[in-house]
Amino acid sequence: MIAPIPLIFSLPLIVSMILCLYRVIRGPTSADRIVAVDILGILVVGFCSLFAVYEKRFFMDIALAWALLGFIGALTLAKYLEGRNLDE
Amino acid sequence: MSESVAFVGKLLIFIGVIFDLFGTVGLVRLPDVYNRLQASTKCVTLGTCFILFGSFLVVGLPLLKSLLVIGFVVMSSPTAAHAIARAAHRAKIPLWEKSVVDKYREDRESEKA
Repeated sequence: MIAPIPLIFSLPLIVSMILCLYRVIRGPTSADRIVAVDILGILVVGFCSLFAVYEKRFFMDIALAWALLGFIGALTLAKYLEGRNLDE
Repeated sequence: MSESVAFVGKLLIFIGVIFDLFGTVGLVRLPDVYNRLQASTKCVTLGTCFILFGSFLVVGLPLLKSLLVIGFVVMSSPTAAHAIARAAHRAKIPLWEKSVVDKYREDRESEKA
């Protein structure tokens, strides 16, 4: 009944998520990890959009909430990274 | 009519997925925090906007909310990237050793003097 997501759409997104996770694990500095987590959030928004096309429609609400929370989380992590050595 | 619009939507989704893949390849391959941030943020933002607009074209009016998500991602993602780059520079994370110019450091030193 439910049409599956075509592999030509989902496979590059999964590969790019794995590359993001590689940068999260191997990142030399903490800023690399913050950048990778931010990018991973935007990728999840695109993947939820694919779910909204091929599965249930309410996944678009999840994408909207994920975009909002990812933005606030990135700002919070940037503030934490900046505030670590303010005594210059 | 509707068939051709859905085909254009699927083509836009495919272009967006390829943009996402290239952006994350840049995230892995480039040598520096700032290079990685610049490449991956632009490519992944554009690719995700293509995916969202393509899904709006495929489904139609029930997914009108995806245009709202496009507007929010376009406004919020460069802001987050700018905040992360500024925080990384202030936390003294070094540039790549072959970088040739650092205008932000020059500007802050001339402000301090």
